[in-house]
Amino acid sequence: MAKLELQNLAKAYSRDIVPVKQLNLVVEDNEFLTLVGPSGCGKSTILRLIAGLDQPTEGRVMIGDRDVSPLPPGDRNIAMVFQSYALYPHMTVRDNVASGLKLRHLPAGDIQKRVQEVSGVLGLDPLLDRKPAKLSGGQRQRVALARALVRNPDVFLLDEPLSNLDALLREQVRADLKQIFADQKSPIVYVTHDQTEAMTLSTKVAVLNNGYLQQLGHPHDIYKTPANRFVASFIGSPQMNLVTLSRTGNTVTLSDFTIPLPIGIQAASVVLGIRPEHLRLPREGDAHTVSGQVFLVENLGMHDLVSLRVQGDPTLTLRALLPADAAWSRENLQLALPPESIHWFDGDTEQRLTT
Amino acid sequence: MTTVPQTIAPPQTPDRGIPWGRVLLWLAIAFTVTFSLTPVLWQVLTSFKINAAITQTPVVYLPGFDQLTLAHYVDLFRLNQFHVYMLNSALVAIVSTVLCLALGSPAAYALARLQIPGEQVILALVLVVTLFPYILLFLGLLELVRAFGLANNYLALIVPYTAINLPLTILVMRSFFQQLPKDLEDSARVDGYNTVQMLWRIVLPMTLPALVTTGILAFIFAWNEYLFALTFMTRESMKTIPVAAAQLGGTTLFEVPYGPLAAATVVGTLPLVLLVLFFQRRIVQGLTSGSVKG
Repeated sequence: MAKLELQNLAKAYSRDIVPVKQLNLVVEDNEFLTLVGPSGCGKSTILRLIAGLDQPTEGRVMIGDRDVSPLPPGDRNIAMVFQSYALYPHMTVRDNVASGLKLRHLPAGDIQKRVQEVSGVLGLDPLLDRKPAKLSGGQRQRVALARALVRNPDVFLLDEPLSNLDALLREQVRADLKQIFADQKSPIVYVTHDQTEAMTLSTKVAVLNNGYLQQLGHPHDIYKTPANRFVASFIGSPQMNLVTLSRTGNTVTLSDFTIPLPIGIQAASVVLGIRPEHLRLPREGDAHTVSGQVFLVENLGMHDLVSLRVQGDPTLTLRALLPADAAWSRENLQLALPPESIHWFDGDTEQRLTT
Repeated sequence: MTTVPQTIAPPQTPDRGIPWGRVLLWLAIAFTVTFSLTPVLWQVLTSFKINAAITQTPVVYLPGFDQLTLAHYVDLFRLNQFHVYMLNSALVAIVSTVLCLALGSPAAYALARLQIPGEQVILALVLVVTLFPYILLFLGLLELVRAFGLANNYLALIVPYTAINLPLTILVMRSFFQQLPKDLEDSARVDGYNTVQMLWRIVLPMTLPALVTTGILAFIFAWNEYLFALTFMTRESMKTIPVAAAQLGGTTLFEVPYGPLAAATVVGTLPLVLLVLFFQRRIVQGLTSGSVKG
C-alpha cells in the first residue's frame, strides 16, 4: 500500500492551453479523493498525468516514496476505470479481467483464483465467457471495475465511471461502489462532474476550476465552509444564492433590508451567500428577514423550490427550499436568514471572509 | 358498470388482392440477379460444352450428357501451363497484398494517432497519388524495370501493385483507426501492454475486418491486372492468369477458342469468389461485433 503524492504538477499543451497549474495533492491509504469541477477544469488531465498517459510539463507524481513520473503507465501499478469502460471487444469477460495479470506473468492458478474472487464480489460469474457486445451497460461497467480490482493496484483511478449509466442504475452502482471501495486499502482518485457522487463517495474532495485547486477537504467541510465564491456556487444543489452587495459602514443592504456585517470584515464590496435549504419561514426572534413576491415554484416532492423577487429590487431574486407542507403566501413571502448560515465572500477576490 | 367480456379479434390483414408491391420487389430482384449473373453463367456453361455444342445454332441452353465435357479444363492444365500461371498470379497478388497491408496499416495508424506536423499535406499527397490513371505511370515504370533489370522478375509486378494499392489502404485504414476509441489503447497501456503488444493483441484483432476488406480489394486488383503483367513478364513461366487467358490461341489462326477461354475465365475467377466467400463471414462478423459503449 502506498500514498499518492502530486508535487507541483503542471501540464501545458501550449502557452494558452494550460489545463493543470501547480497542483499539490496527497492521497493517503484508505482515502477516496474525488476531483470535481466543471468541464475543462483539468480534472481528467490530472488523472491522465497520474496514470502516465500524458507527461506533465512540470512536477512529479510519487507513489509511495517512488517517483513514477518517468515510468510508462504499465509500470506504475495503477488501475484505471474509463468512462467508456474500454473493454477489449474481442476478448471474453474472463480474458478482459485477466489480461493485466497475464501480462505480468502471474501463475495461471493465481490468476484464476483472483478472477474468481473479483467476479464473485461483482456478480460476474455467469458472464465470464461472454463477449462485451453481449453485455448491458451496467454489466460492462462491472467488468471494467473487475478489471481494476483484480490487479490489486497501488492506486485506483476512476474517470467518470458512472456517467454512461441511466439515472436509476447510477444511484444503485454508486452505492455498490462505495461498499466495494470501502474494502480497498489503496488510495482512490475519482473524477466526476457530478457533485452528488463527490459528496457521497469521497473522504476528501478537491474542487477544481481553470486548472487550479479551489478547495480540498472533507465533503462536509466543503459544503459547510466553501473557500470561495466558485466552490460555494459549484457545490450544493440547488445552487447557493449569491448576491453582491455594497456596504455602508458595518451593514449591507439587501434592497429594503439591512443586514449587519460580521465584525472584522474590511472588504469594500461583499458577496452574501446563503443556501436555499437554509432560508426558512421566519420564527419568533429571527433578526434578519427579507420578503418578496414568489414568481416560480418547483415541486421537488419533499420540498418546494421557491423563487422570489426581493421587495424593492425586482432584479434581486432568491431561491428557497421550503417544506412542501408549509403554508405561505405567494404575494408576500417572508424568509428568515439565519446568521450562522450566511457565507460572506470578498466581492473582489471572491475569497471567503468569515471562518 | 359491468364490463362485457369482449372477444378480441386477431388483427386481420385486409384482403387487398394481389400484393403488387411484393410482386414488383421480387420481379426487380429476379431481373437484377439475372442481369448480373447471366454473363458469368454463360461462361460457366460454355466452359463445359463440347466445341460442336458451343457453335451450334440454335444455342444449346441445356446441353445433354453427350454435349458436356471437361476437356477445356483439362487442356488448360495439360496443353497450357495454367497451374504455373495461377501460382504466379497467386504469388504476386498475395505478396503485394501482404506488403500493402504491412506497410499501409502502420502508416495509417501513425497518421490517425500521432499528431504529425504536416499531416494534412501528407494526406493530400496520398490522395493525389490515387488520382493518377495508372497507365500514365506505365512508361516511367517500364524505364525503371529496364534500369534495374527486373524484367521477368516477380518484383517487377509486386512493387508496382503494392505502390498502387498503398494510398487506398492508407486512407481506408486511417479512417478505421480514427473510429477506434482511444480509451481502449489507453486502457491497454494502463494494463501494462507495451506498444508492440498493444498493437498486436488489442488493435490488430479489432482491425481485422478493415484489413480483410482492404486486403481483398488489393488482392483483386493484383490478380486482375493485365497491362504491367503483359509488358514486364515475357517468359512463359512467369505469366499471370489474365495475360495467359488473353493469349490462348485456337488450333488455327481463325479459330476463336471459346471453350478454353470460358474455362480460363472460370479458373481465373474461382479463387476470387472463394476468397470473398471465405472472408465474407469474417467481414460481417467484424463489423457487427461489440464496441465499447453501452
